[in-house]
Amino acid sequence: MRLIVALMLALFVTPLGAQTALPPAPYADRQIADPALERKAKALMETIRCLTCQSQSIADSGASMAGDMRSQIRERIMAGEQPEAIRDWLIARYGDWVSYEPTAAPILWPLWAAPVLLLGLGLLLLRGRIKRRKRA
Amino acid sequence: MRRLLIWLPLALFLGFIGLFASGLFKPDDRVIHSRLVGQPLPAFSLPAAASDRPALTSAQLATGKPRLLNIFASWCVPCAAEAPQLEALRQAGAQIDAIAIRDARPDVDAFLKRNGNPYARIGLDARSAVQMALGSSGVPETFVIDGRGRIAHQHIGDIRADDVPMILQKLKDAQ
Amino acid sequence: MDPRLRGDDGWFCRGIASMIAETGLAALWLAASLALLQLVLAFAGLKGGKPDLLAAVRPAAVAQGVLTAIAFASLITLFLRSDMSVLLVVTNSHSMKPWLYKFAGTWGNHEGSMLLWVTVMGVAGAAVALFERALQRNAHMATLGGQAAISLGFYAFLLFSSNPFARIDPAPADGQGLNPLLQDPGLAFHPPTLYLGYVGLSVAFSFAIGALLTRQVDAAFARAMRPWVLGAWVLLTLGITAGSYWAYYELGWGGWWFWDPVENASLMPWLAATALLHSVTVLATRDALRAWTVMLAVVAFSMSMVGTFLVRSGILTSVHAFAVDPTRGSFILGLLALYIGGALALFGWRIGSVREGAPFELVSRETMLVVNNLLLTVILGLVLIGTLYPLMTEAFGHKVSVGAPYFDRIAGPIALALMVAMAAGPLTRWRKDQARAVGKRLLIPLCIALLVSISLSLFAWGRIGILPFLGLVIAVAVGVSSLAPLWKRKLLRTPLFTYGMVVAHLGCAVSLAGMACDSAFTVEKLVAARPGDMIQTAGWSLRFRQIIPIAGDNWTALQADMDASRGGSSVLIRPQSRFFASPPTTTSEAALLTRWDGQLYVVLGEEVEGGRWQLRIWWKPFVTLIWLGGIMIALGGALALVGRERRGWLMKWRAREARR
Repeated sequence: MRLIVALMLALFVTPLGAQTALPPAPYADRQIADPALERKAKALMETIRCLTCQSQSIADSGASMAGDMRSQIRERIMAGEQPEAIRDWLIARYGDWVSYEPTAAPILWPLWAAPVLLLGLGLLLLRGRIKRRKRA
Repeated sequence: MRRLLIWLPLALFLGFIGLFASGLFKPDDRVIHSRLVGQPLPAFSLPAAASDRPALTSAQLATGKPRLLNIFASWCVPCAAEAPQLEALRQAGAQIDAIAIRDARPDVDAFLKRNGNPYARIGLDARSAVQMALGSSGVPETFVIDGRGRIAHQHIGDIRADDVPMILQKLKDAQ
Repeated sequence: MDPRLRGDDGWFCRGIASMIAETGLAALWLAASLALLQLVLAFAGLKGGKPDLLAAVRPAAVAQGVLTAIAFASLITLFLRSDMSVLLVVTNSHSMKPWLYKFAGTWGNHEGSMLLWVTVMGVAGAAVALFERALQRNAHMATLGGQAAISLGFYAFLLFSSNPFARIDPAPADGQGLNPLLQDPGLAFHPPTLYLGYVGLSVAFSFAIGALLTRQVDAAFARAMRPWVLGAWVLLTLGITAGSYWAYYELGWGGWWFWDPVENASLMPWLAATALLHSVTVLATRDALRAWTVMLAVVAFSMSMVGTFLVRSGILTSVHAFAVDPTRGSFILGLLALYIGGALALFGWRIGSVREGAPFELVSRETMLVVNNLLLTVILGLVLIGTLYPLMTEAFGHKVSVGAPYFDRIAGPIALALMVAMAAGPLTRWRKDQARAVGKRLLIPLCIALLVSISLSLFAWGRIGILPFLGLVIAVAVGVSSLAPLWKRKLLRTPLFTYGMVVAHLGCAVSLAGMACDSAFTVEKLVAARPGDMIQTAGWSLRFRQIIPIAGDNWTALQADMDASRGGSSVLIRPQSRFFASPPTTTSEAALLTRWDGQLYVVLGEEVEGGRWQLRIWWKPFVTLIWLGGIMIALGGALALVGRERRGWLMKWRAREARR
């Protein structure tokens, strides 16, 4: 019950024994030979939230399930699947939560509208501070 | 207009306070439920995970009678803790199949020897692929599958003694 | 029992030792009562117009500062002496710990850090009482009253729910120790730096309350508040920079900013303080943006409190898992509602009577600063909304995640626009300027931007994203233009605060260049290698020599010895994978090799089959510029602070000489 300003990071602190002894899946930590495909896969992995640790992407996570997910993503990308299709597949199973990139679901519309609304409100306020050009 | 702008910050602030208060007092829920509840089980076919139990395919879960599908692993501590409850469910007439996640046959055998074996069939999911396809986010989890092979319910975490009647009820509801 | 306390005069020493905690607690209670007295005196004195009551406000503030300092010194003493009859020492320290961590352990916990908070607040209040001369007496007293009101809440928090001096009886033989992961010099000083910044913003908040209460929102108010805002901003900048570097080397993921809720919580006060810093300059120079500046001062402090709340209440999932407690969360929420709600109500009630001043010319320094404020506030709003959005949707039973892809894509372009405004702002004159003249002054940076974009397109087209591309172009152009205010000036006669601005703006460009280089040119290599293997990546050759076991104080580790070279002689680097026994955890200690043009970052992972070891290797070109820029920004702020203050003293001194 120590209340510490303590950064005990869920993942750089991996509890021992909660993981399998099984070796990681083949592409968990192996890059795709084609750098373009690897870039695609990496970009996707960085936006998929780890189910075990919950506050990091599967690209950064040491959890075994995250490794399996990375491997599956790399294998599906190599098989020609598009990153967005894989993301949709995961969202269909785990909900919008699994994607760090907010989707276009209606509940997220206000989030995407926020920048426009805030900039608009700001410009409205700004207009009051600026002298109108005098008509010649 | 100006009056509105002047009081807007306070109004927004009170909204945030309400939000914080609701966040503070609501029960902490960090569980991610599968979105496939109410939908057909994805198709899969897994090799046998244990020496004395057959392999598991999705088709075998749609036999006209509701079944339980337990997701477990020999390396998972809560899975051992829920073993007596699974045994109780089996004795109450539930048919239980299982998927062992990231596991190896000798380990599964040892686990079942130690904790009992309530399962009819056990499939081996070495790379969590079927686990992901099911939308399961960890071990242990237990799915209630209705007779037509649809997911009727997902129980996340180990089954406690007082969860058993609820799970039996869910099985009955899935009839 | 401390062995030094045994012996003939043991009873006497024990008596003294046992009094330290009581002294601290008594000082805290006294300070709290003085704060109450200070509030009542200021209120009654201002309301009734009684100068004799007001005369006692300043002494009360000074005494309060001294008392809080005594309380904090007592706690430090308890920690240094490892007094195990005090609960907080037992739970957070150990007699065998190095003295630095005993010392830092004082504030490495909830109670101690809250005591540090009120101490800094008390000392800052004393400083406002002693040294503030720019304000009219009424506004000064109202400010001190406001400061007392804020302190009271925190005193209550400490005394009623988080008493740092609580005893434990019987006293255990020794303490439970500090988590080994917290025994890091960076972590010992990163939180207090942020705290000092937060408290500085609380002083700015008190000034705003004082100004609203006395209806004196004017240039004098801005000048009185400015040093506090600048000081707070410098500390926040340092705190965030240090925190970012700490996460970068400690986490071992090669990232330096994760848009994690806790990180956002520290960023939001900084964004508000940055906006405030610029608007306060407009208010001090042109006596305009009055309501806006007051609002920003309120927002800046409220963001500090929101940050503290988010971090301590645990209502958001974070990588940086703080020990959290909903009870304390609700206390902070109550304080937040009381102070910020009260301040915003006061704002609504009083601000109608504050004149806004004449509108600005379209092309003028004022307008540029307003644009700066607008963009900073929009970014602040977006970070706030993005951070809290998952909480909002959860109220509707829908779980979502808002992470780096959102913030990068949405806040990134706005931040780049802000950088462009930053290039033009200092080159635009106050009051009125000609667009054509500003354009002329920006000609050289524009040409350079063009050159950089052409060469980047030739060199890296298709390899780098649009944001890093724009980031690099803008960083170089802004870097050049930020030096422009010094062109054609006599460098020795240029005021220090102008240098401050130049250094801080250049720091922003440097930092941006580092961020853009990191995301555009980082090379990642994942490899499973066995000892003896040679690994080639990004111009580096790494020879994997051996894996050896190492034993540390409270950990054992596997260490990979590797020779890294780029042509010339090789350097030994040693990434480790550490195991702590209690609690059983593994951490990875990345090996960082810093060169002028970047960092080599090597992480040792787990053993995979066949005696091979998983390695993550990054070459990160110019990544160190990110933190170098952060330090430059803070240095610029410090120069501006010293420059402004020195100028103030000089003017006062000259006025006094002239009167003689």
